[in-house]
Amino acid sequence: MPLNLLDADSDTEFAKREGLWTLNFGPQHPATHTTLRLVLELDGEMIVDATPDIGYLHSGFEKLGEVLDFNQYVTIVDRMNYISPLANEISWHHACEKLLGLELTPRCSYLRTMLAELMRIHDHLLCVGACILDLGGVTSMFYCLNERERIFDICEKASGQRFHTSFTRVGGLLYDVSDDWLALVKDFIKTFPSTLKDLNRMVMKNRIFIERTQGVGVLTRDEAISGGATGPVARGSGVPRDLRRDEPYLAYGDLDFDIVCATGGDCFARFQVRMLEIVESLKIIEQCLERLPKGPIYAEGSGKEALPDKREVYTSIEGLIHHFEAIMPNRQMQPPRESLYASTESPNGELGFYIVSDGTLRAYRAHTRSPSLIHFALFPQLIRGCLLSDIVAVLGSLNIIAAELDR
Amino acid sequence: MTAKASRSIEDLLTAWGVVCHEFRGQSQVTIPVAKFAEAMKQLRDQAGFDMLSDVTVADLLEYGGEDRYRVVYQLINLTTGKRLEVRVHVNDPEPKLPSMYYLWRSADWLEREAYDMFGVVFEGHPNPKRLLLPDEFQSFPLRKDYPVKGRGERHNFPVITRAES
Repeated sequence: MPLNLLDADSDTEFAKREGLWTLNFGPQHPATHTTLRLVLELDGEMIVDATPDIGYLHSGFEKLGEVLDFNQYVTIVDRMNYISPLANEISWHHACEKLLGLELTPRCSYLRTMLAELMRIHDHLLCVGACILDLGGVTSMFYCLNERERIFDICEKASGQRFHTSFTRVGGLLYDVSDDWLALVKDFIKTFPSTLKDLNRMVMKNRIFIERTQGVGVLTRDEAISGGATGPVARGSGVPRDLRRDEPYLAYGDLDFDIVCATGGDCFARFQVRMLEIVESLKIIEQCLERLPKGPIYAEGSGKEALPDKREVYTSIEGLIHHFEAIMPNRQMQPPRESLYASTESPNGELGFYIVSDGTLRAYRAHTRSPSLIHFALFPQLIRGCLLSDIVAVLGSLNIIAAELDR
Repeated sequence: MTAKASRSIEDLLTAWGVVCHEFRGQSQVTIPVAKFAEAMKQLRDQAGFDMLSDVTVADLLEYGGEDRYRVVYQLINLTTGKRLEVRVHVNDPEPKLPSMYYLWRSADWLEREAYDMFGVVFEGHPNPKRLLLPDEFQSFPLRKDYPVKGRGERHNFPVITRAES
């Protein structure tokens, strides 16, 4: 397909200069990790301009959101940012519950907080590990993957699925967790800090890593704000915005944690933020474990919004009737005919959902505000003037997940 | 700061003949198309909404009501943390709006995606092309009159043989 190689705000005369050559980066390239394509204009090894070409993984998720109901769509939402599936589920059901006006039970919100923070660790580990792998350091990647494997085990213990858990439900979670599960999490947060210390020494104090990332892909504070950057990308550029603190949801209001912020704005600053956020996440999980309340995991409401506990459904007639009332389209509760935008702080940034409701439990329109899309739009301005080899560092630091980018 | 900012928003909004609505603590305002560009500029410069977090469209074909497309902008004031949802309605045959690219850079890809999926044209956009779908794609798939299983575009994609490549 014909591509306009000149981005609108690039210096046209400069780009038209003779002697430039064009390079296709991707769609199948080990450093893109998934399928995205960059058309690069190069002067020798220096990048004059980059034009991202995306859409290779577009699979019409938003159209499917109009066909599936709030609980069914969670299986699709899972597959957006597949590096931290549970964070997407939590975000989607956060929006649904806000629309329905459901108040979560304390146990459920603490469990979801813990899962969200485990996912943050999960996501940051892969982001840092994969980037240093692309930059030539193989060892640290295995430290990261090893720890991620333990989080997979935790997910499996809770939901029966390692990867695409589909664990949340409107007003609750699929199952309550067992004591064994809590023991697994306790064990993880006890032993993980020593690995994190090793990892920190291997990555953040690694001279090669520092030289490949410091001063590369600088995003200034103003550019970050105007470009709509959120999450570690914005906080790496000195925008101290974190929805967990600014618009508290789940149990974050009761917990004590810090917002990590750096001012460098370069790739190194973004990795610094990610590494330090892992420490904060551990703090949050520890507090949740200490305070985890007992009680039901499904919200009460009028009785129809949330599904009953699965054990109830299979063992009592009341539970079965409750399930029937909640599932059958002609008996289900009706959400207000309104529309609403709700967002949470996913590992990558602000993950928001805009739901237009027509009064059924099926969204009339389910739009996703994906952080990857916003961050990848910043890519051309970050990479101009850098060297060809800096692409992997900048791509890695933005943590572009193509499935979330294209949906 | 908060009081001052919100007062100036109210002043602005009444001046533009805006319909305000509140749902679950979220302010949603509907601005007439004619006043839209000016209102958005004022919202950025005077009411301090320095971040455009999201642009999207909803096709209201089967929703009831007079208008076809609702274009939705999510604004954030980073100083006060206040959010504002701005809605503007456009209609066939020429659904078009001025682009917000020159006020907020994040509008660039978001508007391209909105055009890609709904065919709403953002006038003055520096690169008004499809974002996710191929350029030769004819329809706008998130419109309500587009079937979920598609119109056979996949089967009509040009097949590149090994000899031609």
